Order: sequence, then structure tokens, then C-alpha cells
Amino acid sequence: MWNRIREIVRKEFFQTLRDPRTRALLLGPPILQLIIFGYAVNLDVENARTAWMDMDRTPESRELLSAFEGSRYFRISETPRNDSEVRKLMDHGRVLAVVRVLPGFSRDIQRGNAASIQILVDGTNSNTAAIVSGYANQVVTAYAGKVRAARQGSTLVAPTTALKGPVPSVIPVLTAQSRVWFNPDLKSRVYFVPGVVVILIALVTIMLTAMSIVREKEIGTMEQLMVTPMRPFELILGKLLPFALAGIFEVAIVVVAALVIFRIPLRGSILLLFGCSVLYLLSTLGVGLFISTISRTQQQAMMSSFFFFLPALLLSGFAFPIRNMPDPVQYLTYLNPLRYFMQIVRGLFLKGVGVESLWQEIAALAIFGAAILGLSALRFQKTLD
Amino acid sequence: MNLRRTRAVARKEFLHILRDPRSLVMALALPLLMILLFGYALTLDVDRIPAIVYDMDRSPGSRELISRFQASRYFQILGAATDYAAIQQEIDRDECMLGIVVPQDYARDVLTGRMPQIQLLFDGSDSNTASIGLAYANGIVQMFAADLRTRAQNRMGSGAGGIPVEPRLRVWYNSQLKSKNYIVPGLIALILMIIGALMTSLTLAREWEMGTMEQLLSTPLRPAEVALGKMSAYFVLGLIDMLLTIFVGVFIFQVPQRGSYIFLVVSGCLFLIGALLWGILISALTRSQLVAYMLAMVTSFLPAFLLSGFVFAIENMPLPVQFVSHLFPTRYSISILKGIFLRGVGFEVLYREIGFLAIYAALVFLIAVKRLRQKVA
Repeated sequence: MWNRIREIVRKEFFQTLRDPRTRALLLGPPILQLIIFGYAVNLDVENARTAWMDMDRTPESRELLSAFEGSRYFRISETPRNDSEVRKLMDHGRVLAVVRVLPGFSRDIQRGNAASIQILVDGTNSNTAAIVSGYANQVVTAYAGKVRAARQGSTLVAPTTALKGPVPSVIPVLTAQSRVWFNPDLKSRVYFVPGVVVILIALVTIMLTAMSIVREKEIGTMEQLMVTPMRPFELILGKLLPFALAGIFEVAIVVVAALVIFRIPLRGSILLLFGCSVLYLLSTLGVGLFISTISRTQQQAMMSSFFFFLPALLLSGFAFPIRNMPDPVQYLTYLNPLRYFMQIVRGLFLKGVGVESLWQEIAALAIFGAAILGLSALRFQKTLD
Repeated sequence: MNLRRTRAVARKEFLHILRDPRSLVMALALPLLMILLFGYALTLDVDRIPAIVYDMDRSPGSRELISRFQASRYFQILGAATDYAAIQQEIDRDECMLGIVVPQDYARDVLTGRMPQIQLLFDGSDSNTASIGLAYANGIVQMFAADLRTRAQNRMGSGAGGIPVEPRLRVWYNSQLKSKNYIVPGLIALILMIIGALMTSLTLAREWEMGTMEQLLSTPLRPAEVALGKMSAYFVLGLIDMLLTIFVGVFIFQVPQRGSYIFLVVSGCLFLIGALLWGILISALTRSQLVAYMLAMVTSFLPAFLLSGFVFAIENMPLPVQFVSHLFPTRYSISILKGIFLRGVGFEVLYREIGFLAIYAALVFLIAVKRLRQKVA
């Protein structure tokens, strides 16, 4: 029996590796995808192009300008003079935000009135806009703090170290000290790159498995395989093993690239990562096998894979947090193997947690993998008969 | 070029599509499914960040601060912790993202001016949610601090309180900052790319694989006629998908459409033609459907998803990647779509993008026909 399995594995390897173009395609895309993913998938905002419209032109307004220029989040790239120029800049998408200092800004500050700064934000990309608004608020609030300190001068009681008893006429000061765990620089790359492995494995194994099996049906070589003494079980194993190996190989590539190119630490156990990858492969290969049983042509197989892959990717929590989804959809994600592996990979890379925190996800992955692959294999056997 | 022969190829391709009802249904259902997901379920909007409170002070003052977090729609207090380890555990298990720690003697320190510090412990792994959440949390604490200050000053009778400089924020184009408003327009381009490039890339490769290409070639068909005939069948499919997406997006999910519908459809068709031709070109480059599919995936779907500004803003990418993004038409199409839907601008602003799409389609057509002719010879 092992002989026969070895033979079909050999045949599959030959078939996929014979053509230099396929060879290149098995290696090239994953690496390319990883690099594109790693560099492109980024929700951070830095150096947002900003227009500065100063209608006050006083030392105070210039001080605020330097506060914006000093922040790494803004880059003043335009200085429109009137509203129609502002409109044009925004319509062309040349700037993400416009800061407008109205006339009378410094007068208001000196008189102790509330001076206000107008900030127009391009909301087209709501995520970028939310981040830019947050930063703009921070810059202005910090500036306001300086103004207040200057205005109140010594009336603002500086905290003294060992004051016992009530301090007369103090103004309460309350600050927040925030500490960010796991990803202190808040780089989205650290969050996304590990997740790429989940997508790459699914992308490669589901579709390749489905299409390569259907290909045999389409060109009629499946009948030839069936007249050999090969049992269905051996055929399945022989067909799936090469893709499983390709999948494991891809995990290795991603891990190395994450560590070397993107310098993302792997804080958890690498063995656990590979172990879970194998469990995950059971699911993806199973889905691929299942799709092959319901498709007659490769185009059908491709469309069906896509039909599974795209929602599974979108509902995996890769880019769109599951927490934000409506409750019924959140329950639906529990049926998605990608979700569990995503959580495991991120837990291992970012948080460095182990089985004690991840056992539920690991168990779910194992159960889903066994169930999907088992049922698909049964169905595959039936379609062969 | 003969119109009759082109039509014959188109008819043959139509029959292919119709004879495979499942692929057809999927091609039509895919856009619906995606728009349903994006309109209903998928959002990058940050709200209800799960938080846990560790209140060491347990005073009316600390409870007032916590109630500020509770009242905000951005946070959702899940419970109380009694030590740091509990926070750590909850964050490790992904149950919450934020730990709010109120120090001991907080209320007394506020009154005596000792600058108590509220600790905000954020799970930064999802950096996007964390950085937006951080800004909101800081905002809440600052607001609360300002209130405390005003209250104290009122008590002391010195009036000069208030915030000296106040940012007035206004958001244009998508004033509620809903992520579906910018994702659904981009979705049109993504769907057209899937239908256009991914599906057509397999059609010619299939003919090669099945050996029917030789039959096609032995007819008086010219390469340009094959390309256009194959294309037009999928063009109809893509057009239906586009109209479906626009309709559902605008009327069911209430995505604002401020520009011209005619310009929207015309620019969409231009992009669709480019995508279809790209699929034909891939098909002409290879004889195996598997290879064709992988090529199409890497050169059409992935750039359309990642390098187009669909979700991830191009201006945040490193320069070399930004440069690469210029080579793929989806980038231009998504600029056009967002420009029409959200900004309500037209040709006068978007002429460069339209020009690129036209040049792209023409160029790909010429190369594809040339390749096909080489294969024939």
C-alpha cells in the first residue's frame, strides 16, 4: 500500500514540478504575496499630507503651525489662501486634512476667550480619518495645555513631593498614562504579517488541491487512475500529501520572512506553530477535496474555491475585527477554521502565549480539520464509485 | 476584423457560461455576498472596545471617572479586576483590549492636587483599533480632567477656566466616518477584477488544455476576433454584476452616491474591459488552467485587494510599493469610484485616471492579440 501511495505522490510531484513555470509559480507567488502583504497591509498613518490655512498670521498661530510640523503624523504640504483652493485640494485628494486658523485667533487667546481651530478631515477613508482626527486633537490639546500653563502661570500649583495635609486652592490635574502591550509602537505590520500565513496556506492549498484533482477529471486521466489497483484512500493521500508539504513549506517561508525581513518577533513556541499549521492544513485540504467532488471543470473549481475563500478570509478577523461584527455574524465565524488559526498565529507571534490560553482554538481546529477532511474523503470515495 | 465571426465566438462562450449554471450563479452571487458582508458585517469602525476596570480606590470620584468610560460608545466595560494578573489574563485570552487602572488614593490625590495618574493598559496587537482607542481614551480622561478643573475653579471663585484652544473638527465626504462608505465603492472594482481577469484567464487556457484551441484556430477566426468574442460574453456578466453592486450598495446599504451615474457606469465599463483583456492576455501566455489561475491571482486579484487603496491607504505604503501600485489599473479605478461616490466629482477631476484606464486597455489588447498570433503561427 505504501508503495502505491509513494508512487502517486511521486507522480504528483513530477506533474507539478516538471514545468519550470509551475515550479516558479509554486515558489514565486507566496514570497511575492508575503512581501506585498507585509508592506502594503498597513493601517498606520504617518506624515498625513495637510494643508495649512492661516488667516491670523500671528506669533501664536505660527507656534501652532510648528506644533503640527513637529509632529510626525502631519506634513504640511500646501498652504491654500482661500476656500475655493481648499475645496480643490480636498476634491483632488491632495491633502487628508486642512487646518484653518481663523482671524482673531491670537486675540481670543490673549483675552482669555475660547479660541478655536478648524480642522477639516477628508473622511473618504474613514479609518485614516479617525486616526488623523485623533492626532490633530492631540496636537491642539497639547498646545492648549501650553497656553493654559502660560496663562495661569504660577496659579497652577505644581505638584510637590511630600505635602502633608490639605493644599490650599489647588486646581486638580489628572493625566492618563497609557501603556501598550505586545506591540508598543502600534505598528500594524506586526499585527498583519503573522496573519498572512493563514491566508497564504488557504489560498494555495484549497485552490491547488481542488483544481489539480478536477484537472484529472477534466482531461480524463481520472479514469486511468481508477483502473489502477489504487484504493480511493491511497489516491486521496497521494493527492493531498504534496500540497500539505507545500503548505508546511510556506509556513516556514513566512516565519523566516517575518523574522528576517520584517523583524517581527515570534514570542511563542515555533513547534506549536507548526503543529497547529498541520491541524489547519487538515481543514484547508479537506475543503479543497470537497470542492473537487462538486466540480466538473477547473473553472467551476476555481469559482467554488473563491466562493469559500473570500468570505472565510473576510470573516477570519484578518483585517476586520470580529468584535465589530453583528452578533449573528460573530456566531457564524465560529464555523470558520481560518478564524481559529488566525487567533493562534497572532497569539503565538504577538503575545507569546501557549497552550494554556489557546487550547480552545487548537481543539476547535483539530475537530474541524478531522470532520471536514473525513467527510470530504467519504464524499470523494462515493463520487469515484 | 469581422463582426459576424466575433459574434459567433461570443455566442459559443455564452453557451459555455449558460451550460454551467453553478458558475453562473456564483458569478452573480459573489458580488451580493461581498456587498452583504461589507455593508452589514465588516467594519473597521472602532466602537465598544471591551475594557476591564481595576479600581484600587473605590471612591465616588473613581466611579465617576469609570462612568465616563461606560457612557462612551467607544468602550464597553466588561467587568472589574482585582489585580493586574487578572487584566493580563483577560488580555492574553483576547477577552478584552483595555485595562483601566485607577490608583489607590485617587480621589484624595485629585483634591490635593497631586496629579494622580490613571493607567490605561492597551492590547496593542491590533494596532489600528488600539491607536484609535487610545486617542478616544485620552480624550475621555482629558475631558474629565477639564471638568474637574472647572468645578474646582468655580468653587474657588476664580472664573478664568475653560479650555483656551479648542479643535473644531469637521469631516468632509464621509461625515459619519463609516467604513462601508469607502469600502463598498471600491468593492465594485474588486468584483469586476474577479469576474474580468480571473474568470476569463481560464477560458482560453481551457481550450488549449482540452485541445479545442486547434479546432478554433483551424477556422478562419482571427486572434482579435477570438479575444473580443470571448471577452464580450464575460463583459455582459461583469456589467450585470456592476449594476447589481451599485444598486444594492446605494439603495439597500445607503452608501452615498454623489456623482453622475452615467460617468460611474462608463468608467466602470472601461475598467472592466481592461480587466477582461488582461485575463485574455494571461490566457494567451499559458496553456494550463492552473498556471493561468495562479498568474491571474497574483497579477489581478491580489493587487486589486492590496495595492489599490481598497482598504489599505496607498499613501501609507513604502515608496517602492507605491510605485508598483501604479502599474495596476485597480488603483485608478478605485480612485475614480471613491471620487464619484463620496466626493461627487466627475471627469474634470478624474481625467488622468480615466486616461490611464483607456491606455491600459488599449495596450493590453495589442499585446494579447500579438501573443495569440504568435501562438497561432
